[in-house]
This record gives sequence, C-alpha cells and structure tokens, in this order.
Amino acid sequence: MSCHEVARPSDEALGTAYRTVAVVGPPNSGKTTLFNRLTRLRQKVGNFPGVTVEHHTGYVRDSEGQEIALIDLPGVYSLTPKSEDEKVAVDVLTGQMPGTAKPDAIILVLNSTNLHSHLVLAARVIALGTPTLVLLNMADELRKQGGHVDVLSLARELGTPVALVSATTGEGIVAVQNFLNSAVGSPEPLELPVVGSTRGYREWAVRVGENAKYRRPATPVWTQRLDSVFLHHVWGSVIFAVVVIAVFQTIFAVGQPLSNLLQKFLDVTGTQLGSHLPQGVLSSLIINGVWKGTGSVLVFLPQILLLFLVIGILEDSGYLSRAAVIADRTMSRVGLNGKSFIPLLSAYACAVPAIMATRTIESKRDRIATILIAPFMTCSARLPVYTMVIAAFLPNRPLLGVFLGTRAVAMLGLYVLGFLMAVLTARLLKSTILRSKDAPFILEMPPYRWPTLSSLGLRLVDRGKAFLYRAGTVIMLVTLLLWAATNFPMHHGQPPAVQDSVVAQLGHAIEPVIRPLGFDWQIGVGLVTSMAAREVIIATLGTLNGIDPQSHAMDLQTALRHELTPAAAVALLVFFAFAMQCMSTIAVVRRETNGWKWPALQFSYMTVVAYVAAFAAYNIVGHFVR
Amino acid sequence: MIFNFIFGRHKKVHHRQSSALADLRVGESAIVSDLQLSPPVAEHLMNLGVVPGLEVTVARSGPGGDPRVYRVEGTEIAMRRDVSRHIHVELLGAPAFGD
Repeated sequence: MSCHEVARPSDEALGTAYRTVAVVGPPNSGKTTLFNRLTRLRQKVGNFPGVTVEHHTGYVRDSEGQEIALIDLPGVYSLTPKSEDEKVAVDVLTGQMPGTAKPDAIILVLNSTNLHSHLVLAARVIALGTPTLVLLNMADELRKQGGHVDVLSLARELGTPVALVSATTGEGIVAVQNFLNSAVGSPEPLELPVVGSTRGYREWAVRVGENAKYRRPATPVWTQRLDSVFLHHVWGSVIFAVVVIAVFQTIFAVGQPLSNLLQKFLDVTGTQLGSHLPQGVLSSLIINGVWKGTGSVLVFLPQILLLFLVIGILEDSGYLSRAAVIADRTMSRVGLNGKSFIPLLSAYACAVPAIMATRTIESKRDRIATILIAPFMTCSARLPVYTMVIAAFLPNRPLLGVFLGTRAVAMLGLYVLGFLMAVLTARLLKSTILRSKDAPFILEMPPYRWPTLSSLGLRLVDRGKAFLYRAGTVIMLVTLLLWAATNFPMHHGQPPAVQDSVVAQLGHAIEPVIRPLGFDWQIGVGLVTSMAAREVIIATLGTLNGIDPQSHAMDLQTALRHELTPAAAVALLVFFAFAMQCMSTIAVVRRETNGWKWPALQFSYMTVVAYVAAFAAYNIVGHFVR
Repeated sequence: MIFNFIFGRHKKVHHRQSSALADLRVGESAIVSDLQLSPPVAEHLMNLGVVPGLEVTVARSGPGGDPRVYRVEGTEIAMRRDVSRHIHVELLGAPAFGD
C-alpha cells in the first residue's frame, strides 16, 4: 500500500516555496481537525473585512524553517458564490479578498467516505489553476467500513498530488509536510465537463471515481443503530429531553459554583492586593476599577468554557445534528429551524456563549434572529436580582405542599415571560426584516464519532481567547468609566459619598424618565451600574443605602421595601426580564455581527419593550395593590 | 383504515409511477427525477448528493414525522417536508408492501 505517500502525477519538484496556503473543504470533511493538527496553538482568529465570516490563520514551518501561513477557509460545498461563506472562499482563492494575499497553494480536504459528492468541489478548486494537494480524509473510516480508493489513479485523473489521510489519527499527515516542502508546479489543465451544471460535474465525478476504483463504504452500523434510538419517535424525544436537562444541569450545578469560587478568589486577592498598595485614588483605580473590571469578565469564563465543552462533545459526536432534527418541529412554529435550538438553550446560562454558539447556523438571517432573541432567555445573572426582589416582597406560602411555593411560581413566571417575549420577537423578526424563503431546513447527518480531546481542547482555548480579548476590552472600558463615575468629583483627593458622585447625578438625570415606572434616582443608578452585570444592581442599592450587601442580606430586603412599592417591584422584575442590561452581551453581538448596527437595534428594541412592559406592569399592579 | 378511506388520505402506492419524495414511506427507495426548487436550494441539495438519476431512500422519520432523514449514496440528509415535496422521484419497480 503506497497510500501513505503522496502520489504525484509526475515528479517535478519545481517552483518557489509557498508562503500562503489555503485550506479548503466541505463541511464535515474534517478540515478543521486537520488544520488544528497541523498548526496546533499557533493560530489566530480574524474576520475578513466587511463580512461576518470568521477565519483562522495558522502557521507551520517548512523543512528550511520558513514560515508558511495556512488560512482555514469556511466549509463550502461548491464555489458558486451564493452564500457568504462561499463568496469568502472564492474571493480568497482568487486573490480578490482585500488584505489577504492570493494563496500560493491549496490544500483541499475531502471526505473519502463520500467521494462522489466531494469530487465536485475538487473539480472546481483544481480548475482555479493553483497548485493543489488533495487530501482524502477519514482513511481509517473508509477502510473500516470496506471502502477503497486507488490514490495513484485518482492523482492521474485529477492531475494533482493526492494523499489518503486521517486527521484524527494522524495517518498520512506527513504528505502535507512533503507537499509544503517541495513546491510543485501548477496542475495540468483538467478535462472538466463543459456544462457548468452541478449535474454535469456530478457525472464527471462518478466517472473519475470509477477510474480510481472508488468503492463507497457502507453506512457505519453503529450510526444506524444509534439513529434508530436517537431518532426514534418516542425514545428520540425522551433522550433529547434528558440531554437538554443534562446540559442545563451541568451549567448550573458545575458552572455556577465554579464562577462563585472564582469570584471569591478575585475578591480575596483584590483585598490582599489593596492592602499592599498605599490608600488613595491609584489604589482605588487598580482595585475597584481594573481588578473588579477584569473580574466581572473572568467570572463568565467557567460557564462559557463548560458550555462549549458540552456543546463541543455533542457537536463532534454527531448528536447535535440529530437534536436539530428533533427540535426542528417546535422551532418551525416560530419561524426558526432546529439549528437555533442549542444556542437558545445555552442562553439560559448566559447570552454571551449562546451568541457565540450561533455560528453553527448557516442561514445568516436565522443566525441574526437567534442572536436577537437570545438575551430574552432568563440568564443566570438575572437570578440573584429575581431572588432578592421576590424574597423582599413575596411571602413564601406553599401552593402544592413542599413542592411549589409562591416564590417558585413567581420565579417560574419570570422564566415564562422571557421565553414568550423571545417567541413573539422571533415571529416579528421572521415576518418582517429577517424574512427568509431560501433557507429551508436541510442538514447533513454525519456519522457518529468519538470526540477527540485535542479538538475539544483547542475549541475551548479558541472560544475562551475570543471572549477575553474582544469582549474583555469593551467591558474593561465600561467598568473603568463606571469606576470614574462613582469616584468623581473628588474632594481633597477623597472620592465623594455615592449620593454626590457623577453616577448619582446620572441617576437624578434619568429619574424623570423612569419615574413613570415607579423607580427613583437610586434605582436609576442601579440600572446604570447593572450594565456591568445585572446582579450589580443589588450591590449598588446596598451601597446607596449604606449597607454592605454581603453581610446584611436581610437589611437589603428591608431597604428594597423602603425603596420600592410592590407595583414598582413588579415593574423592576419585568424591566429586568426584558432589558438588555449587559454590556458583555452587547460587546459579543457587536463582535459576532461585525458591526454596531445589530447590537444598537437590539439594545433599543429590548429597552423599549422593557420600558413599555414595566410601565404597564406598574400601572396595572398599582391599580390592585396599594 | 376507514378514517383514511373517508378522508381520502389512503394512497395507492403501487399505482404511482412518479411522485414526490415526501410521499414515500420509510424504507422505500426511488430515483430522483427533478428538483422543483429555487436554484440555490436545488444546488445545495445536489452538492449534498441529491442529484437527478441517483437512488434515494427514506432512512427514517424523526418524532412527529417531519423532518425525515433520507439516504443518498451513503450520505444521510435531513430535510423538511416543505423541501421533499418539491423533489420529484420515479418509483422503483418493486411493489409496495402493506396497503
């Protein structure tokens, strides 16, 4: 078997060395796994100018130690620039992407277990005339399931070097290094079908496959067995529900304590750090500004990483595609499809990772719609606010014995409220600005596979970095502004009492606007500071009332009762259910949509909805409760 | 049976020659003849392997019967009824069972 070697049509190792090499391949071809194997952590994420499509650039060295940039392009089935992903791929490959050099060579990754479909893409890529290495990935699966392909014949047919590899096991990967080391010339012109139709290409692909003695492997037995359970008309739904609850439970039962632990650690180290610094403005800036600012970003990290770990396992194993099929029926009722389900589920933990998880939705309009409704889901940052306000105003009476009390019902009601508004908004968006006809639910079902540790690990590093770098900068800036607003104007180098600070003036300034909701200036201050994270409003109200929230939880409840009428308390809960009081979310939406248009629209919409609903709640409840 | 008879939902499978993919039952196979869909959708399906002339099998049906999973040349593709009813197929010679 010579399939571990690069099979070349002719042995001309000429030409200059490559500097930029594009990695192209259809979705589910294992392209990203291969890219990760080649570049490991030596990669960076970036957006191409003007599009939301993200790409990774990784670096490898050739035998002479020269650095070669590998560009991982989005997964595409063809090069007809219809979707944004395909347009990006075509622009980069033809050198029309501003800021990106035309690649000197192309590594084309195909799934060897599905060669006929993927050869169609090969024809189009090779026709570009750039030196190309064709990698037939998943060699191990092809062999295991009784498939076969003659690499030498295929190389002759395609006029390019061809290698049979497995990105998961590393088999045959040496072929890539050989290709990068000895720059081969451009491929000989390929005899392509004259008709540019997909059907014509397909017939060509079948003929080429026959000449290369390609034998398609059988559908893996295990995939069929698992699907007969996971897509079963009864068990499918049951397992789906169990998976959903497990994801939910992991985030709350594991992620929340981790976040709390991290918060405690940051508090303690902050205090320690403060004791070593001379008292004054600088110490306050470092501890209350920089340290707390960094902390407010960091505490999201455990939940984000955990969520991406769970989603990563579901995605890499192939279950996510099945979950999308099962969720599709329900999601279609609100005009979305099954692919939006997991991001929306994640949003119950935190909207930030949820919005990052929408990348799996191919239709841009559906993706934006999902991003726009995600913050309506009751995230974990709303919980402390809900708990505190409900505890302050609602006595806990049992409704169903020990199982259900009035407070639990109130809490559940707020979850339902957020969900209903998300559904309503989705319908509104999908019937107006985000109406789409051309994105029906068509989803390839990959065979089930074991997720690999390296792929999961790299994804976590990638997502963690993306969150810390991009969202972190904006959040830090706003936290510093908030610090300045609470610490100025200074009197003799001392920060003012909170009621004299800029933030209090801000509270007073917005008081006329929030008066109709039953809120006074102190709540106004809380609404401003809660932009850092929703639960910050509790600490703020505590400070404004001269109470340390950590040690006097009961007193804070008393203070809340003093601050708000019952009707205003309901209005506050409703406001928090709907408002986009979270700069991390705004920062992430900006990053994921590559502009300020969508976050601005979303923030305005959610604020208006929150204001109107809180106003209605204040007046209706005020009518019944004194 | 009576319900189906009265409401006309009973389909006489073995009399059909050409039909929509959505009308096939789980386990049945047919040859794709035409994709009556907008060019981008048709193109996407053909890239996945749903090409006129190829055999397609209804692999399984999800809970609720929609979407369903179809198998073409070893690839499994899930699609909703609103797509599969626009895919025309020619039935294979084998007589339908049940009925």
